[in-house]
Amino acid sequence: MRKYIIKRLLQSVVILFFVAFIIYALMRCLPTSYVEAMARQKSMQPGSKSYEEWMEQLTVMYNMDGSIISGYFRWLGSMLRGDFGDSWKWTVPVLQKFNDTVWLSFVMGFISFFFEIIIAIPLGIIAATKQYSKTDYTISVVALAGISLPTFFFASLLKLLFSVKLGWFDLYGLVGRNYDQLSTFGQLLDKGNHLVMPIITLVVISMGGLMRYTRTNMLEVLNADYIRTARAKGLSERKVIYHHAFRNTLIPIVTIIGGTLPSLFSGALITETLFGIPGIGYASYHSMISGDIPFSMFFMVFTAILTLLGNLIADVLYAVVDPRVRRA
Amino acid sequence: MEDMKDMKDMVEEKEPSLEQEEYSLSDDRRVKVLSPGQLVAKRFFRNRLAVTGMVILLAMFIFSFVGGLLSPYGEDEKFYRTDIQAKDFAGILHNEEFRYTVADQDLFKSSVHAQALKAIIQKKDKFEYNGINYELEKLSDDAYVVLSGGKIIGFASKELVNSSTQDTLSFDFSLAALKAKIAGEKTFTADGKEFNIDEDGIITDGAGTEVAYVSQYIVRAVMSDIFFSRELKNQLIDAVEAGQDSFEYTDENGVTADYKLSYDAATKAWDVKQEIDTKVFDTYSAPSKAHWLGTDRNGMDMMTRLMYGGRISLIIGFIAVFIETIIGVILGGIAGYFGGWVDGLIMRIVDVFYCIPGMPFIIIVGAAMDAANTPSLTRIIYLMLILGVLGWAGVARLVRGQILSLREQEFMTATEACGIAPSRRIFRHLIPNVMPQLIVYMTMGLGSMIITEATLSFLGLGVRFPFASWGNIINDVNDTFVLTNYWFIWIPAGVLLLTTVLAFNIVGDGLRDAFDPKMKR
Repeated sequence: MRKYIIKRLLQSVVILFFVAFIIYALMRCLPTSYVEAMARQKSMQPGSKSYEEWMEQLTVMYNMDGSIISGYFRWLGSMLRGDFGDSWKWTVPVLQKFNDTVWLSFVMGFISFFFEIIIAIPLGIIAATKQYSKTDYTISVVALAGISLPTFFFASLLKLLFSVKLGWFDLYGLVGRNYDQLSTFGQLLDKGNHLVMPIITLVVISMGGLMRYTRTNMLEVLNADYIRTARAKGLSERKVIYHHAFRNTLIPIVTIIGGTLPSLFSGALITETLFGIPGIGYASYHSMISGDIPFSMFFMVFTAILTLLGNLIADVLYAVVDPRVRRA
Repeated sequence: MEDMKDMKDMVEEKEPSLEQEEYSLSDDRRVKVLSPGQLVAKRFFRNRLAVTGMVILLAMFIFSFVGGLLSPYGEDEKFYRTDIQAKDFAGILHNEEFRYTVADQDLFKSSVHAQALKAIIQKKDKFEYNGINYELEKLSDDAYVVLSGGKIIGFASKELVNSSTQDTLSFDFSLAALKAKIAGEKTFTADGKEFNIDEDGIITDGAGTEVAYVSQYIVRAVMSDIFFSRELKNQLIDAVEAGQDSFEYTDENGVTADYKLSYDAATKAWDVKQEIDTKVFDTYSAPSKAHWLGTDRNGMDMMTRLMYGGRISLIIGFIAVFIETIIGVILGGIAGYFGGWVDGLIMRIVDVFYCIPGMPFIIIVGAAMDAANTPSLTRIIYLMLILGVLGWAGVARLVRGQILSLREQEFMTATEACGIAPSRRIFRHLIPNVMPQLIVYMTMGLGSMIITEATLSFLGLGVRFPFASWGNIINDVNDTFVLTNYWFIWIPAGVLLLTTVLAFNIVGDGLRDAFDPKMKR
């Protein structure tokens, strides 16, 4: 097992090396970079140096001189020393901005993940036990609708209903207008209030997949021989489903849930941007559209690491949960 | 076979009265033989949900591809409406103070004006300023002539002599006209010509043409390029005197406009606003018979935009999925078939592509294309390529996995024994067996591809104006005013998007069930 994990980790490092290179090359190929915009802005100031001079100085300052490959290795070198540089857009060290934003995203992701699980798994199981019934069709269509819903459309509908028509929540932002006057508890409630709509969006958009996954796996388990045996023994249907079938359905579900855990840290790019929640998704979106190389690089490499980590956790968990896999 | 035929003939001969259905037990017509494809179709069409999805998709295709041809409007045809726009037009002042008409600029300077006014208020008939003596000759309470050394240098009056034409008036003329007006004379002579003046103060020359008028109202144009005809001025002054707050007037060019007057107590003046019919873009007009879903921000027909938008969204989805499938099938097929180091290499590439965060990647490319001002059509092409190239890893994994298990089966050993070339073995014998999973994957992939494209276009990083896509139509909702007031701008596009993607997913789901022989229904 340990050997397997080490092998996977080493593989991941190689993969990461190439992923980071592709991302770095992409960022360097941006036709109008942040540096150019910055140089133009600086040269506009009265009594300033010419655009060309600024450009020259800034290019060196931001490590943009030299070829893509040498630039990449320089980036790699400082990254290995734990130095990700300063974010151009947010004008603070990348790691500091990351630390400022990631926890909000994590809390938001975690809460919606929790709701996703407690809604999707029971519904998936009900759908499977009543296959081809009206309930099953309804749940399947709801799940598919969740998968098919474009985030931005659903978010707009929520805003229209809850912000404009009912006036329950603000359209944008994490804190209300009178946030500073509130007590500590009030501030917490205010933030919570602003997180309701983003969390609803995340839950509805993401629960469809888990629901269908649960249903498919439960169906597979229900068709297995040992379930027939259990029924033949004369066990009650309740016991068959919730004792024998459900436990076995848990194997793939636990695996996939474990695999999803790392991605809770990567934030919700679209949802955070739509609702103006200053999490890591929001921060990185604005970094990306303004060509902030250090932060975008960091975010994308971070996301790639989370993906790899997720896959690894899923595979390891699968072996841990299911003894049959371990033996093989 | 021969035997069977005989038997059948015998049956038919023996019992000709019986219906055709009654065959002997061994007759193969008793059993309806279906090819695997037919079986799949049968299972698919038995699934009512999947058929509904199919019908929705069909409707969507007709809407998008045929609708554009049937629509009476073009993709980016703009519509106009006439709108009344109120424009600041003029100010009218009822003159309550003395104003000066000057004969000689050097002698009657503005510093003297104040002295003259002082003398008038103090009811003196002469005053001295800077060592020069001035005299005042009273015409009426509201008009004084200012003389210096017996020479007329100007006059101060509350009534003003204004030109009716664009010519300026001579001082002599103005003075003569004013005198005639005050004295109530009908004619006066100035500059060697004779003029008539009526009690309204309108001055006409010998030919009866109006040249000037005397009035206590000052009508000033807001813009320097506006010239008032005498008639309009009369209308304005009449309106002010009658206390009207609006009137209609048709000028010499035949343009009819409404004029609205409002009195401003602070400046003691009337503001005149001209309300003229102006042609503007018919933006955000509500649904009507001409525009079933209203018009958008640019005054384009929403329904037509939706049709063309659907066309672009669907085309982008199809081509992107096509690209990812081609790459995925080729590389996955090679990896799965050859195994060994080829497999290892290709699968590591797959891992790399799997790891690239798709959405951030495309957002960066979109922002880059923004910066480079890429033309809208080129953007669409790049978008399809990138979406396709980023998505192939999934297809490759699927194909490889399937082929790994298929290649161990007997029929593959048979192809090998027959000496069929590897490329033919892969693409003629292995790939067709992967087709079921591939078709399901592609159908579902289409749905998510359309969502990705729509999300990008919604963010303004995908399809750009003048092209429509369902995503960039909904983009208008970023304007809170549109979100609140114009449901018809974004809800139809969202509903179309949702139903299309849902239909793709339902059909994909139905196909998966239909392809699965274990399905008992």
